[in-house]
Formats: sequence, C-alpha cells, structure tokens
Amino acid sequence: MGYLLRTNWWKWVCVLLLFYTMIGGLLSPVPRLPILNETIRVLHFHVPMWFGMVLLFIGSLVYAIRYLKSQDKLFDIYSYQLASTGVAMGVFGVLSGMVWANFTWGQAWVNDPKLNGSAISLLIYLAYFILRNSLNDEELKIRISAVYNVFAFFLMVPLVFIIPRLSDSLHPGNGGNPGFNSYDLDSSLRKVFYFAVIGWALLGYWMATISTRLSLIKRRYEDA
Amino acid sequence: MKMRNFLSLLLSGVFISANAQVQMADDFRGEGKIYVVLTIILILLAGFFFLLFKLDHRTKRLEKELKNKEQ
Repeated sequence: MGYLLRTNWWKWVCVLLLFYTMIGGLLSPVPRLPILNETIRVLHFHVPMWFGMVLLFIGSLVYAIRYLKSQDKLFDIYSYQLASTGVAMGVFGVLSGMVWANFTWGQAWVNDPKLNGSAISLLIYLAYFILRNSLNDEELKIRISAVYNVFAFFLMVPLVFIIPRLSDSLHPGNGGNPGFNSYDLDSSLRKVFYFAVIGWALLGYWMATISTRLSLIKRRYEDA
Repeated sequence: MKMRNFLSLLLSGVFISANAQVQMADDFRGEGKIYVVLTIILILLAGFFFLLFKLDHRTKRLEKELKNKEQ
C-alpha cells in the first residue's frame, strides 16, 4: 500500500489492462455454450469483481494485523479504506451477478450456497463499519475493529470458497472437488480473463489509494 | 433444470465448442454493430479514466499544499 501510494506506473497498467479487457472481452472468440450463449463474456466483468474484493480484503487483513502488532494508526487507515473499497466491489459483484443469473438461471436470486455465502460475508463486513462508527473511544474503536477485521476475513473464506464446494452450486467449479483446470475456461477466455482480473483489481486499489490519501490529509489537517 | 445437468452441460460445452447450433450474436457481429458498442464503451472508459487521473492529481496538489503549510 505504501508503495502504491508513492508510485504512478501501475495506474497506467490498470488503464491498459481495462482497455484490453473491453476490446478482448467483446471481440475475442468465445466457446458456444448452451444457456450462457453470448453472455459468457460477462465472465470478464462479473468474476473480477470478486477477485478484486478478495484481494482488497486480504490487503485489509494484512494491515489490520500490522496495526495490532505496531499500534500505528496509519495501518488502521489503510485497513479501513481497503475494506470499504472491497465491500463496494462485492456489491458490484452481487448486482452484476443478479442480472446475469436472471438471464441464465431464470431468477435474480436462486437458493445457491455461493450466493448466500457471499451475501452473508458482505453483511459481516458491513457490520465492521457499524462497529467502527458506534464506538466513541478512538483507541478502543481502532483496536476492536482490527480484531473484528481478522474475524470477518476468516469467516468470508469458508462462506465463499469452502461451503459452496461441499454442497452443490450452480457456479461452475463448485460442488465436488475441482482442481483449477476443471474451471471451464477455454484458452480463448483465459487470454482475456487473467488480465481482466488484474485490471479490475488495480482499479479497486486505485480507488482505495485515493480515499486513503484523502483521509491522511484529513488527519494531518486536524492535527495541525 | 437439475444442477447436475447444468454442470455437466457446462463442462461438456468445452468439448463441443464448435457447436454452431447454440444461438450467439453472430448477425450482430456480422453487421459490424458490435464496433458501435465497443466504441461507446471505450469513449466512456477513457472519459472516466481522465476524471480519475484528475482526481488523483488534485489529491496530490492538496498533499503538497498541506506540506508547504506545515513548514
């Protein structure tokens, strides 16, 4: 985070990758699959939201732990801003998924463990913000929210990644025990998908760095 | 549809990817209309990136101003 705050080059990488995602995502050949039809292309837009969310939450977790070790309030600001951008990406993932599900599965919300798990984990993260805002003691608020952040992350992992695999899920790659290769990604989708994931995740980090810098400015302004 | 059927359909889809019977937006592409959609998306993306860079720049200016003030 500190490095990303100081440098600019990765913003241009993000721009490049997202332009590539749009062009490749709309024009590249895709497998002709029943039910999905042309909407298979949503893969490059819906799935990276979740990858981005998880990456941002990992960043948030790392800084929550670093805060607990060092008691440096700077890490709390990093952690908080990464979590709030992560929740935004998760909400985008849910909304885009609902539109896609309405087309492919016939309903915006089906009783699928992956959907319910991700909704629950988003609610757990929303509680993180409520917790933060409901405590008045600055020191206490930061420490409790850092501990809660660790708790929220390790609840999110089984809810999103493990439980859908234990039972059956409409999401491909879930139900049973899939390796990475049984993801039904063919090589033409891979050429865009991996870059799309990096591009969208970088966009999320970019947003998080701007809000982090603004709250650092606010802190210095209040101290001065 | 049963979930198992759906999954096996998805998985088998990889091996029958040459299946031309699945309805895709072939006409739409053939007429070149996809380029209209793509151009619009690219223009909007460029516009939003421009705004984002501007926001970034303004934040940087604010940081500098505050630094100068503190000295």
